[in-house]
Amino acid sequence: MAIEIVSWIAVGIMLATSTVLLISRDWRMSIGALAVQYVAAFWLVTRHLPFVMGSAKLITGWMVVAALGMTRLGLPSAGDEKESAFLPRGRWFRVTLMFVVVFVTAGATPRIESAIPGLSWQVIAGSLLLIGAGVAHLGMTSDTLNVIFGLLTVLTGFEILYAAIESSILVTGLLAVTNLGLGIAGSYLLIAGTSPVEEIEDEA
Amino acid sequence: MSAPLIWILIPFVVGFSILFFLHQRFAPLIAGAVSAILALIALIFPIDTALLLGSISIKISASIQFFGRSFALNTADGPLIAIIYGLAAMWFFGTEASGTANRFVSLGLMIVALLTASIAVEPFLFAALLLDMAAMLAIPLLVPIYQKPGRGVIRFLTYQTLAMPFILFSGWMLAGVEASPGDVGSTLQAGTILGLGFAFLLGVFPLYNWIPMLMEEASPYVTGFLLWALPTFTIIFALGFLDRYTWLRTSPQISNAIQFAGVFMVASGGLFASQQKHIGRIMGYAAIVETGLLILAMGLKSTEVVNITFLLLIPRGLELAVWALALSIIKRKAYSLRFSEIQGMARSYPVAVAALILAHLSMTGFPLLAGFPSRLALWQELARQSLATSFWVFVGLLGLLIAVARTLAVFVMADEKKAWEWNESWVQTTMLGLGVIGLFILGMFPQTLQPFISKLPTLFEHLGQ
Repeated sequence: MAIEIVSWIAVGIMLATSTVLLISRDWRMSIGALAVQYVAAFWLVTRHLPFVMGSAKLITGWMVVAALGMTRLGLPSAGDEKESAFLPRGRWFRVTLMFVVVFVTAGATPRIESAIPGLSWQVIAGSLLLIGAGVAHLGMTSDTLNVIFGLLTVLTGFEILYAAIESSILVTGLLAVTNLGLGIAGSYLLIAGTSPVEEIEDEA
Repeated sequence: MSAPLIWILIPFVVGFSILFFLHQRFAPLIAGAVSAILALIALIFPIDTALLLGSISIKISASIQFFGRSFALNTADGPLIAIIYGLAAMWFFGTEASGTANRFVSLGLMIVALLTASIAVEPFLFAALLLDMAAMLAIPLLVPIYQKPGRGVIRFLTYQTLAMPFILFSGWMLAGVEASPGDVGSTLQAGTILGLGFAFLLGVFPLYNWIPMLMEEASPYVTGFLLWALPTFTIIFALGFLDRYTWLRTSPQISNAIQFAGVFMVASGGLFASQQKHIGRIMGYAAIVETGLLILAMGLKSTEVVNITFLLLIPRGLELAVWALALSIIKRKAYSLRFSEIQGMARSYPVAVAALILAHLSMTGFPLLAGFPSRLALWQELARQSLATSFWVFVGLLGLLIAVARTLAVFVMADEKKAWEWNESWVQTTMLGLGVIGLFILGMFPQTLQPFISKLPTLFEHLGQ
């Protein structure tokens, strides 16, 4: 019973973090939300995978958060200003979008539970919530960092569901590499074009 | 030694070593030589068969265990590996002539190794993860560190990443469908999810908008390489699905859906190509048309599916390589590749322009060129099944033909007094010349491909048997 309650709390945390990721204008807040989201995902993943494999996912997630955070920290804040001119107008729209995601999740969870026996409601709900929020996020932005947040959110949601049906070490490892690769690719895209050409030539 | 070590680990390690330890000048030569040697080994030494060389017996074992799963390359994979590494060698040797950054060869070799792993991994549906990793490895190639990433590369990353969950999940669902084939609901869901996954991977209409964008933003040579490598392995992966699941292979609805997606890509790609004023974007749309033709070939209700698909795949590598190399040479002079900037360049870059036009004509299926035999074979099969589909394929290829006529007109639109010049280097001229000769050989003597193609259907147990 306690495990069930903690799992529902994890789903609640996911709802909060994915909402913050969708509406936040401050990249620091988004990075923090992503880090917390990985903790909640870790809990749901360990419902079906051994603790060690779940930990691998958590550590990978935090490594991605660290890579993105460190990269963004070293960049000027011009991107923030550009985003803030747009975001306030869309904030309530985004909140409404999250409501839609929540309603879809609530409607789809029982159906998926009957289609895939053995999965708990919390795992399905948490997974669908993250996939939905991630897709909504991807549809709302073309900013590099936010696109990476959206993709990581979708992947986390998928990994929660997939952990329940596939427990192969190889898949867990490859998914971890994919997450890490996404973080590194995101960091690369963030720093690309920020250094003057002369400086790069000097370094070479 | 095992086959996955030779054709996956070694090129990956070589690529990694070139990236960090090797002098840039020798990188293309070494990567090209390694790829050529790997292609020759695949051609000469049959996998999993003992070969007696004097008193020495050599046997390349087929599989290797890795984290509880296996990577296996069988005897039937030999010709395919030879083709892949042979074409990769051609791309790497052309790097210097194209003036592309040398990290292309190191990352390119690692990408080819990962993609080869995607055909070796068992269960085969885990290939989706390796394809995604290969796409991520391509990001530093597409965006130089001094250039802001454009929308094309972000979309490329997004679509390739989104494809992976769809395919992995559909693989699990397909196993359920196989157990209870009468369940229409599950079948429909699994088919839809699988279709979405491949639509993202292959860039099926309307998800191909990143291709022309990338051709505008990134190096044409690098983008050309990706447009060759990623769809090639994705098509082999998709053929694996068709081969593995009987209901996918036999369902007329699935076949129709595949053909519809293919014909939409061919027709729309051709029509859009005919409207472009940027020769890079035209190449992007031509690649879309080519992918559409591959999808159409996969959807054929015929035993010739595998033969026609590979007949399309092999010249595609050569056509794209020649086209991309010619574009790279022209781009050094005319940075934006818009019609306004390339006007009259036939007089200053005659070899590059001729090679570009011939590669383009080959993609339209012009007689005597490499693309002709495959299109003829495809058309023959299509005409038996649906005249409407054949007509729309004709419309798409006509669009490409209009694009080549417009491109040629712009290239030769020079002042009459302007003298002819030869600005290509001897390396560029040689590479382009060899490529063009290859286009003619494959067009006039398509039977040269027969030794490779004849063995490829054995890759698939049920498809085309």
